[in-house]
Amino acid sequence: MDHLDQLEAQSIYIFREAFARLKKIALLWSLGKDSNVMIWLARKAFFGKMPFPALHVDTGKKFPEMYRFRDHYGKEWDLDLRVEPCPPIDAVDPTLPPAARSAARKTEGLKMALAKYGFDGLIAGIRRDEEATRAKERVFSPRGLEGNWDVRDQPPEFWDHFNASPPQGAHLRIHPILHWTEADIWAYTKRENIPIIPLYLSQNGKRYRSLGDQDITNPVASNAASIDEILIELEQTKVPERAGRALDHETEDAFERLRVAGYL
Amino acid sequence: MNMIVTPASPATPNGTTRPQVRIVIVGHVDHGKSTLVGRLLHETGSLPEGKLEMLKAVSARRGMPFEWSFLLDALQTERDQGITIDTTQIRFRTNSRDIVLIDAPGHAEFLRNMITGASQADGAVLIIDALEGVRDQTRRHGYLLHLLGVKQVAIVVNKMDRVDFSAARFKEISDEISAHLQGLGVTPTAVIPISARDGDGVAARTDRISWYKGPTVVEALDALEPARPLEALALRLPVQAIYKFDDRRIVAGRIESGSLVAGDEIVIMPAGKIAKIKTVESWPVTPVAGRQGAGRSVGITLDRELFIERGDIIAHAGTAPRETRRLRARIFWLHDKPLAKGDQLLVRCGPKESRATVVVIEKAVDPGELSSSENKAIGRNHVGEIDISLSSPIATDPYTENPRTGRLVIEVSGRIAGGGLVLSVDAGQRAVPVDIVPVESALRPDERSARYRHNGAVVWLTGLPASGKSTLAKALERRLFSNGGSPILLDGDTLRAGLNSDLGFSATDRSENIRRLAEVATHLARNGHIAIVAAVSPAREDRATARRIADTAFREIHVATPAEICEERDPKGHYKKARAGALTSFTGIGNDYEAPQAAELVIDTSTRTVTEAADEIEQMLKTSGVLFDEVVDLAANI
Repeated sequence: MDHLDQLEAQSIYIFREAFARLKKIALLWSLGKDSNVMIWLARKAFFGKMPFPALHVDTGKKFPEMYRFRDHYGKEWDLDLRVEPCPPIDAVDPTLPPAARSAARKTEGLKMALAKYGFDGLIAGIRRDEEATRAKERVFSPRGLEGNWDVRDQPPEFWDHFNASPPQGAHLRIHPILHWTEADIWAYTKRENIPIIPLYLSQNGKRYRSLGDQDITNPVASNAASIDEILIELEQTKVPERAGRALDHETEDAFERLRVAGYL
Repeated sequence: MNMIVTPASPATPNGTTRPQVRIVIVGHVDHGKSTLVGRLLHETGSLPEGKLEMLKAVSARRGMPFEWSFLLDALQTERDQGITIDTTQIRFRTNSRDIVLIDAPGHAEFLRNMITGASQADGAVLIIDALEGVRDQTRRHGYLLHLLGVKQVAIVVNKMDRVDFSAARFKEISDEISAHLQGLGVTPTAVIPISARDGDGVAARTDRISWYKGPTVVEALDALEPARPLEALALRLPVQAIYKFDDRRIVAGRIESGSLVAGDEIVIMPAGKIAKIKTVESWPVTPVAGRQGAGRSVGITLDRELFIERGDIIAHAGTAPRETRRLRARIFWLHDKPLAKGDQLLVRCGPKESRATVVVIEKAVDPGELSSSENKAIGRNHVGEIDISLSSPIATDPYTENPRTGRLVIEVSGRIAGGGLVLSVDAGQRAVPVDIVPVESALRPDERSARYRHNGAVVWLTGLPASGKSTLAKALERRLFSNGGSPILLDGDTLRAGLNSDLGFSATDRSENIRRLAEVATHLARNGHIAIVAAVSPAREDRATARRIADTAFREIHVATPAEICEERDPKGHYKKARAGALTSFTGIGNDYEAPQAAELVIDTSTRTVTEAADEIEQMLKTSGVLFDEVVDLAANI
């Protein structure tokens, strides 16, 4: 088994545990490279068909290429796609800095979707290497009744035994690719030939390393025009992956405040 | 049909030849873990651009001197309290290794986070403050590394600058901790004097530690070996689920050890059913040819429809795990309320869950204390050895035979509260004198059950004299035999003529009679037969003893024919004699028959034919897992 085989086997194990132990789960599809890999892994886990919905909490501000990708592959991969809207910006905590406030709409949209469908588990494509607070996550991460995350009181998680009994009315976040790195995602995407959104590849000396909403995501300077070139770039760069995400850099604790409130 | 053959290749990230090793840094609070991590990242050139500058700026804004530990303490709360709360994973490289560093916190409150981090590690660095020396948390972490199965441990004696880089002080600490770890069966790979803040011993041997000739921290990390999947051990495939999304019925799980290939003959434990692997399924291309080894998440189809459920373990016939209702484990406890004898819990062994009761607690100690006094209960952050009795049989291995399947976690109110290693199965069933060594049969239970199509059992028929026990027992015996099974009748009266001819009808002798019956029946059941016992066995306590002896094999049937009908039948004339006063201690006309309250089956022979009653018993034996029932498994249809 090579490194990618090991990552894959572990993710499949997590998917199957989530499906076996929770009543009603959905996968959060943000249309980016990570959640596309997740859907691929889910189809591996369940032999071709993902047996739960793909939930896209739509801010309405994604790039047109992303919407095209969603509509095309939602059909091609035979997904049970649920697109849910977010509330307007006025409905969100005005004390947050602008980019974080914009991102917080998604948290609210997520809460509305949760209330609507009553999911007890949401599968999310966050990774430990992306960002310091995400590094502290559990694979099965309980959320409070408000969708909030209590970083100081996380249950123990060891030997692939997961805490899968959320309190009545609360839900769990499940993180099947928590242990993957950005380079792993690309190497696997290449090996499995998973379709990608062209924005990740360099055009006119710029490319997106991470895709979010148009208004709070910026491209990085790069000449990597293929996955192979991206992998070489990642070997050499010391720029963090989310450098192009405005909300990570507004204030020291903006991202953590978002996550504690239930942001991904 | 498309076939994929997956070649074996070395486990390396990014297609390079560099092994990936996951390490954890543990030790007492404030002994310098985060500082060492920050320093390691800097020395190996692994910091993201601008990170150091940003943190120095943050420190300046807060009017604090810069600390290396800030690198990891990304959370506001942590910087406010100056302690590391949780596990952070950070990557860096040495000359020949990709290191994934799990920063485990050292604060006593957060032991569960340390366990979460350390359980994922291939190796560990245990850090000790040169001035403070070995502390309780140092010892506790050392003990937990051993329990979690982390065998490669390097010791780092930090803050050598605070003891003037004294070689004598270093040796003192080195001797103490090495002795402590060796007592647990852990041999340190290195003991290294360092100053994490100044960099001595981290990536370079400086003049200040010129007396030290061993490896630096980076060199010690470079020598660690990644964990290997357990291909060489017997096959263990714990079943996570059975999927029926299309016309295939796929048994899904991860191979924890050994390997499998289509065509293998397998046994499904604990039931002991036998089948062949028809195909190994995959996606997008299926089926897969070639052997699948430990670590892979697979899906297989079988050559016959059997009832399989989540938690079963698939093994090769002849090397199957043991089935047990009782095991002994060495555990660590994380819950606020101490674990005490009699506590009811949920135990998880892989995907298998079973309700359990703690029946024995021994060696409950605080692993952080030097002179540990034994306690009756296992307190929070303490360890101990326990015997647990499980409500349903599980298949498991002692951890010395299989480190993957030989471990369990304990849940209390839906939250993991402890975990540990399976020391032995069937622990303490009863005290066996040391000079008696039971001889194991040459045959395995699954070999027998494959032939008889049933598991061993003790079918215990209790009821008033003339209630119909012997008639039913014989009908059942005939039926099981004609279906290819191996039934053996043990009639109370028949055994009294020989084996139990020394016993009378006093309460004591009756108890002994039942005990012997139960022992003989259990021996037969352990060897795959269905022992059918027909005995009045009026005392509830004696039947409880029989159930304890036969354990999971016991099936109690109350033949509840009304007393007046029994007396009417009176085939042996006993009732008549008793009424005449010629038969003392005869059960039936007194009120000394204590009816069962929770029998597996109750049958009134006055309202049923013998055939109907035998049908009912057969059905009960099917639903309770004694007889193999080949009906289609509806539960598998999701």
